[in-house]
Amino acid sequence: MNKKISNQKAWWFVAPVIVLVAFNAVIPLMTVVNYSVQETFGNNVFFWEGVKWFETVLNSERFHASLGRQMMFTSIILLIEVPLGVAIALTMPKKGVWVSVCLVFMAMPLLIPWNVVGAMWNIFALPDIGLLGRAINALGIDYNFTSQPLSAWFTTILMDVWHWTSLVVLLAYAGLSSIPDAYYQAAKIDGAKPWAVFRYIQLPKMKRVLTIAILLRFMDSFMIYTEPFVLTGGGPGNTTTFLSIDLVKIALGQFDLGPAAAMSLVYFLIVLLVSWLFYTLMMKDEAQ
Amino acid sequence: MSKISLKNLRHSYQAEPGPDSEWALNEMSVDWSDGGAYALLGPSGCGKTTLLNIISGLIEPSVGEVWFGDENVTQLPPDQRNIAQVFQFPVVYDTMSVYDNLAFPLRNRQVPEPDVDKKVREIAAMLDLSETLMTRAAGLTADGKQKISLGRGLVRSDVNVIMFDEPLTVIDPHLKWILRSKLKELHQRIKTTMIYVTHDQTEALTIADQVVVMQAGTVVQIGTPVELFERPKHTFVGHFIGSPGMNVLPCQLDNGRPVYGGQTLEIASPISQRANGARLELGVRPEFVQLADAGIPVRITKVSDAGRFNIVDTQHGDDSIKLLVPTGETLPAGTAHLKFDPTHTQVYADDWMIS
Repeated sequence: MNKKISNQKAWWFVAPVIVLVAFNAVIPLMTVVNYSVQETFGNNVFFWEGVKWFETVLNSERFHASLGRQMMFTSIILLIEVPLGVAIALTMPKKGVWVSVCLVFMAMPLLIPWNVVGAMWNIFALPDIGLLGRAINALGIDYNFTSQPLSAWFTTILMDVWHWTSLVVLLAYAGLSSIPDAYYQAAKIDGAKPWAVFRYIQLPKMKRVLTIAILLRFMDSFMIYTEPFVLTGGGPGNTTTFLSIDLVKIALGQFDLGPAAAMSLVYFLIVLLVSWLFYTLMMKDEAQ
Repeated sequence: MSKISLKNLRHSYQAEPGPDSEWALNEMSVDWSDGGAYALLGPSGCGKTTLLNIISGLIEPSVGEVWFGDENVTQLPPDQRNIAQVFQFPVVYDTMSVYDNLAFPLRNRQVPEPDVDKKVREIAAMLDLSETLMTRAAGLTADGKQKISLGRGLVRSDVNVIMFDEPLTVIDPHLKWILRSKLKELHQRIKTTMIYVTHDQTEALTIADQVVVMQAGTVVQIGTPVELFERPKHTFVGHFIGSPGMNVLPCQLDNGRPVYGGQTLEIASPISQRANGARLELGVRPEFVQLADAGIPVRITKVSDAGRFNIVDTQHGDDSIKLLVPTGETLPAGTAHLKFDPTHTQVYADDWMIS
């Protein structure tokens, strides 16, 4: 008697989630897919184009350039924010009233709306009226982020470091505070130097939270739009035009919906692929 | 290796301690002889771990000195005291192999690599870790990790003392027994002083030659398991060691002999101190209370079977007295008379033995 009981009622429990996901993710994504394979001149008139837009995007110098800038930007801020965040977390007090004070100060930049951050830094860095701009020029360095690519990059990176290092600090601090005292005591007895304590106790114990921190910072910085848009508008020229800014220019500036849709899909797949690769590699290492 | 002496030690976690309640450790002077196996026994929060951390140098005592042999080490950090400590929760360096874990304390001290290798393999063999030597330490079970913690202490040839802070808390019961005998065996082989902190009397009594009993920051008695059992110097020791604990009954003194229940009792050892105005108590373990034809009249209230003997609860006035009676022996119904063994009856004044 091996009659298989078929009961499909459980689907009703899952249905609300499916509907929700469909409306907030799948259907909007499908409209993008729809645009990416067709040409339109408005008025809801569409012409089938197949993979033409994808070919255009993948062969476009402009896309390569903004992708290159994007990767450069993301690598630089990860290389600065992760070690800096860990370093700050290590110097933060472990107990006492100063813990809350430090945490509040650290959380502050994270609470400021992104366009406000852009506007703040824009004014702060202006060479004629901004404190930072004036100060740098007063040191004898010629600095003007509205006209010099290098200054623009410097300012954008500084702004991102200011805005987001706190996130790494908070995560790393959470990881550090979960280490039991016994580990430090054992290390003391074993005669471990501070570097060995960091290398063999603190870093391994922070690994999971740092994985999350790097993932979040990668995804966020790879999709960065508001802050550089407000700060530099992608300029001077297109030297700080990152992928999102470029995408908006194509989609809304030039109204090339097909190429823009194809580009967003490629963009999306890159983020997905890198995140997946990174996470899988970290977790594989963990399992060993 | 050397004798460890604590001289007039006192410790508080407050910067400026005031009343006695702010002191985690009350003044004590204790000597730990070289090569001894000590257990530090007491309830949670009595200051055992504080005392241990003072010996290892993780805490500097507020008052007093720590001497290793003829060297005052009070100011020395743990790595310069040549001690080893095994913690309640296993501490292993997750990313390293078992081998590297064991080698870590030696490498930190710049020991040449051939010597490291020789020592690590020797200790691994001793702890049955040879099979897993090259695997990652993170993958081991709790008892394996605890062996690594112990091994990191043993690899150093110069350790003065190995300290254990309730090391078997997270170990499965059947492995506890194995590890405990392993420890005992190790101690016989290497002869290093061992201090073993625990709140489990069975553990303390099986591992140690000398048991140091602590209560509320004070060392109440140091002695062999037999001494603690037969002549508890403090009523706390009587309660804490033995199951069921010692009977403690209010009494008076009459010509140097205790009076209880209207009867003057015989005691083997004479009362050595005067106890004017102190609260006097009589202590006798249930093992040394017998049923008799005449003696202290009691009412039997409860009999519980504990295997080879019955624990009999009796009542005399407001005091309850427990005694052990071998199973099979018939008990009188309702009322009975009790006799206390004179050689194992002590008199306490304000909780301290005076007989």
